[in-house]
Amino acid sequence: MALALTAEEQAIASGGRGEGAAAAMRIVAESARLLAAPRLIPIASAHIDGALYHGDSGTLFAERLVEGGAQVAVRSTLNVGALDLMGCSRVRLEEPQRGMARRMMEAYRKLGCEQSWTCTPYQAGHRPAFGSDVAWGESNAVVFCNSVLGARTNRYGDFLDIACAIAGRAPDYGLHRAENRRARLVFNVSALPPAFLASEIAWPVLGSLYGRETGTAIGVVAGIATHPGEDVLKAFGAAAASSGAVGLFHIAGVTPEAPDVETALGHVAPERTIKVTSQMIATAQRGLSTAAHAETIDAVAIGSPHLSLAEFERLERLIAGRKLAVPIHACTGRHVVSELDKTARRKALEACGVVVVADTCVVVTPILGKLPNGVLMTNSGKFAHYAPGNTGYAVLYGSLADCVESAVTGKPVFTDSAA
Amino acid sequence: MSERAEILVPGSSGEGEALVLTQPISFWGGVDPKTGRIADVRHPEHGQCIAGRVLFLPGTIGSSSASAVLLELVHNGHAPAALVLHEPDAILLLGLIVAREMAWQGPIAIRLDRSAFEKFEGRNVQVAANGTISLPN
Repeated sequence: MALALTAEEQAIASGGRGEGAAAAMRIVAESARLLAAPRLIPIASAHIDGALYHGDSGTLFAERLVEGGAQVAVRSTLNVGALDLMGCSRVRLEEPQRGMARRMMEAYRKLGCEQSWTCTPYQAGHRPAFGSDVAWGESNAVVFCNSVLGARTNRYGDFLDIACAIAGRAPDYGLHRAENRRARLVFNVSALPPAFLASEIAWPVLGSLYGRETGTAIGVVAGIATHPGEDVLKAFGAAAASSGAVGLFHIAGVTPEAPDVETALGHVAPERTIKVTSQMIATAQRGLSTAAHAETIDAVAIGSPHLSLAEFERLERLIAGRKLAVPIHACTGRHVVSELDKTARRKALEACGVVVVADTCVVVTPILGKLPNGVLMTNSGKFAHYAPGNTGYAVLYGSLADCVESAVTGKPVFTDSAA
Repeated sequence: MSERAEILVPGSSGEGEALVLTQPISFWGGVDPKTGRIADVRHPEHGQCIAGRVLFLPGTIGSSSASAVLLELVHNGHAPAALVLHEPDAILLLGLIVAREMAWQGPIAIRLDRSAFEKFEGRNVQVAANGTISLPN
């Protein structure tokens, strides 16, 4: 079916609102044509992942939009950049890349995007309404937006995210359409011990396994008795979206499009049921570590996705004022830093040896010390997935409590690992 | 031998040695954006360079930053001479769409069934601006 643009869309694409808006509308329309979408649909908001510096061409593109007078047409928050603009941590990005990364962040500000610089916009006040169409980037934000908020987005990558924000439109395709949101398979965890499901390490491990098992298919998790809380769903979704191409999951009795398994499946028999066993969990958990036999660790990294204020409160209680032998890099957004700074809590954490990282994170820009055989411990399934490739560090996966004890002694401590 | 293929994204005609990938690739993390070398150590064509080649893609996987890598390759002169895709990949091809908006000369992308890829491997291939793919000599 050929793409049909409205008269207004055509007028914008021909320059009726300036060359920047025209370029954005043409990019959205060309993408829609490649996706075989029949039309464009209006969007309510955007979350922009494109302001992370990968090379000069991305900076030049953003600046071209600015020169063309483009402005975002809907509320648009920004995902992490390559620099810590708050000055909490030191980013070892050299010139000329550093200058180009700064120019890129500045261009997105000029386009009218909010300076949120976080991968958890949904915990920084950007929560689109259930059923609304939005254009979000960053895989964990996309999966949270679809699954937990019930707003509708595809995985919008670099360039298309900002083009949709400026055009105020997105291709009518994929997860925007109700018929594409129902679960096709069941991920049944009811055979797992309740004590494991209640533990902190359960959800990133489950997410990692879920992503690997389902790939791009939409599944519904069955066998969860109580709502585990938003920070836990955040960790599950992030792990699932890094091990597979997960854009939407359902959890029966927990997420808004899944009051029960049958409704999530659209009252159609599942194409496949995955019965999760303790052995599958043990294998998935081992797979999150690449340095299982390490005797010492060099650093801890937490906050992928960015830490919430509640997660900082747990961190403070676990450290309890002790001095750390190796640093804990705690990645978060400025929405949390401003809360911490109200009562000098950041300074107190820093005095113990915590490095607060704002606006960015340790796997997208060089922050960790250069160590050829470094070992990084983390409680994040997403950090565990990306740290070896992006930082060169081997990883150890453990609970937050174990990460803190390990940082205090400099040696891996495992007390919560029983799966 | 020549055949007319569907044009996915218009661009300059291109000629070069064919590089037929035997597995799908993730451009982000899989291709070095500075040189065009295949950097994914798990990929069968690891170490080959896509710059200046007619690149046959049986599929693409992974990150939504693939478009940024392809745009960077167009901008720094290390893009393939032409792209031949088994099926359209809106994320990867977005890199070429943005290149056109920037008025940077990008390669043409055409669609061809992957069962037809093998006969081109290692040969000099030409893709004309009208979508015709041929072995010139």
